[in-house]
Amino acid sequence: MPHEETFETVAGCRIRVMRGGKGEPLLFLHGASGASGWLPFMDMLAQRYDVIVPEHPGFGASDTPEWLDTVGDLAYFYLDVIDHFGLDRVHLVGTSIGGWIAAELATRSCEKIKSLTLVAPAGITVPGVRKGDMFMWSPEELAQNLFHNQEIAKAMPQPANEDELLVVLKNRLMTAKLGWSPRFHNPHLRKWLHRIAVPTLIIWGDDDKLIPTAYGTAYRDLIPASSLEIIPECGHLPHVEKAQEFTSKVVNFIQGAA
Amino acid sequence: MKFYMMHLMPYADLDLDYDQKYNSAWITLPNSYYDPKKGAKLYNRYLDELEYADQLGFDGVCVNEHHQNAYGLMPQPGVMAGALARRTKKVKIAILGRALPLLNNPVTVAEEFAMVDNITEGRFIAGFVRGIGAEYHAWSSNPADSHDRFHEAHDLIIRAWTETGPFAFEGKHYQFEYVNLWPRPYQTPRPPIWIPSQGSSETIEWASHPDRRYTYLQTFTPVAMLARYMQMYKDMAAEHGYEASEDQLGWSVPVYVAETDEIARREAKPHIENFLNKFLRMPKEMLLPPGYLSLKSMLGVMKAKSAIGGQQTIDDVIDKGMFICGSPETVRQRLEQYQSEIGFGHLLTLLQFGTLPAELTRKNMELYATSVMPWLRERRAAKTQVAAE
Repeated sequence: MPHEETFETVAGCRIRVMRGGKGEPLLFLHGASGASGWLPFMDMLAQRYDVIVPEHPGFGASDTPEWLDTVGDLAYFYLDVIDHFGLDRVHLVGTSIGGWIAAELATRSCEKIKSLTLVAPAGITVPGVRKGDMFMWSPEELAQNLFHNQEIAKAMPQPANEDELLVVLKNRLMTAKLGWSPRFHNPHLRKWLHRIAVPTLIIWGDDDKLIPTAYGTAYRDLIPASSLEIIPECGHLPHVEKAQEFTSKVVNFIQGAA
Repeated sequence: MKFYMMHLMPYADLDLDYDQKYNSAWITLPNSYYDPKKGAKLYNRYLDELEYADQLGFDGVCVNEHHQNAYGLMPQPGVMAGALARRTKKVKIAILGRALPLLNNPVTVAEEFAMVDNITEGRFIAGFVRGIGAEYHAWSSNPADSHDRFHEAHDLIIRAWTETGPFAFEGKHYQFEYVNLWPRPYQTPRPPIWIPSQGSSETIEWASHPDRRYTYLQTFTPVAMLARYMQMYKDMAAEHGYEASEDQLGWSVPVYVAETDEIARREAKPHIENFLNKFLRMPKEMLLPPGYLSLKSMLGVMKAKSAIGGQQTIDDVIDKGMFICGSPETVRQRLEQYQSEIGFGHLLTLLQFGTLPAELTRKNMELYATSVMPWLRERRAAKTQVAAE
């Protein structure tokens, strides 16, 4: 499925956007490792939807604006992005930090949102359940801990040149800026998750070593019209590790929610 | 040139086999490795050593700040400065922390330092640092905000010391309706400020600015790097239209003096190597959290695949000039050579390091204070006189 890449300026910030496919709009919000490439799951979703994949401000080829301090800033930014593209009844899908942004966005306004899919989202804390500390992991440990299947972990491409390494460092810097403390959550978010007024699917890998599945149960209990689907033998990145299964779940959910 | 004794106050009783189970003496090493009975003895021994430095004629004693580790037991260095304030009589007391970005309230440091400055009637030197990367793990402070918070906390403390209060402070990270310091610092307009660093052009540029002219203190780096950074300071000062004085340049280095070169090397070897390989040990992720360095500097570190965590020997650090070790004559010659080449005005010697026991520390201090320090003082005085004539 072909996709195009453009740069858009929203709220004074220039961001890189990949877009492909036809159908209802689907806005995908990436996680800590960014969105430098068009991945197989995007291609699969693009067969049914108009898939829009921005790189967050502060990540990859996008600018780092002065105003960016918190995930809440990005939630408002993406409300602006939705207006910028003139999107309506958009399917919002976010993973990890992107899931956190999506949840924050939906607590602010669901006016333009038709469905919400949260994939192992950060954003809340479950007392007594420790998350993994990715900032203490070496690159090798990070790969091991993000995946269930260690063959896939080993096959993950490492930065091939200085430019790619710089992107990795830039993404890591912004990940720290947004999630160092409180660690990958906003203590106030859980108070307002009840405001999410659209059908919500929560997807989690059963072997997520970064954000344990107990966080999925907590999210499900906090968001009114939500269901939780656990993908077996899967780590923190179901859209990468189990792309086919992930895509079917998203498609089935969106069709049911329509 | 002025002479100081620097202390890190390591947990010298550390079970050195800890590294078979843990990858660092910092942050994740369980504090069950710390025995308070032994720790209490170490604290008192180390304070005795710094008080002894006062009697031996040092110009100052220095303490610093590190958190959650066996490398240095002074998470709150103001406690040590307070203890030393009344027991020492002549020495300056320098706190070469605090790590300003970690602070939730920088006014606490403005207050604490002003109190020590008052109690000592102006024998106090203030140090401001960003702290090493590990502190950001220990204190949950965001390393991505480190530079910002450093500058804002610094500005607040300087204003608290120098402006008549009360005033309001409206920063991004810190906000106060009333800043009105009681006590004001004893020294006018404020205590001297030192900026310890392992080498950063951004830091040097900031410290050398005519508005500040802070003493830049190079810590534990190869002597070639020391020379480069000191020259950078002088060049930046010159660009600003003034000549940097020796008083603006300092060097902190471990030193061991014994009767002969051979004895010095033999006695120091296990202890300096424990310092390097056991106490300093930490993975790169702990030392350099994201944001601690600029992206450009971080890229350089990643490309260099530097030897952080690699085993080092006494010969490695002696060869690089990171450790001065030998007979009084050897140590005199080395320090004299470096001083005349590089031109620093403050020499901070770490005379206890790693597991160096009490007897050897005292012997080291005595030999340094009786057979190195006075000789260097006379040399400097003679040179200054020649220059004046």
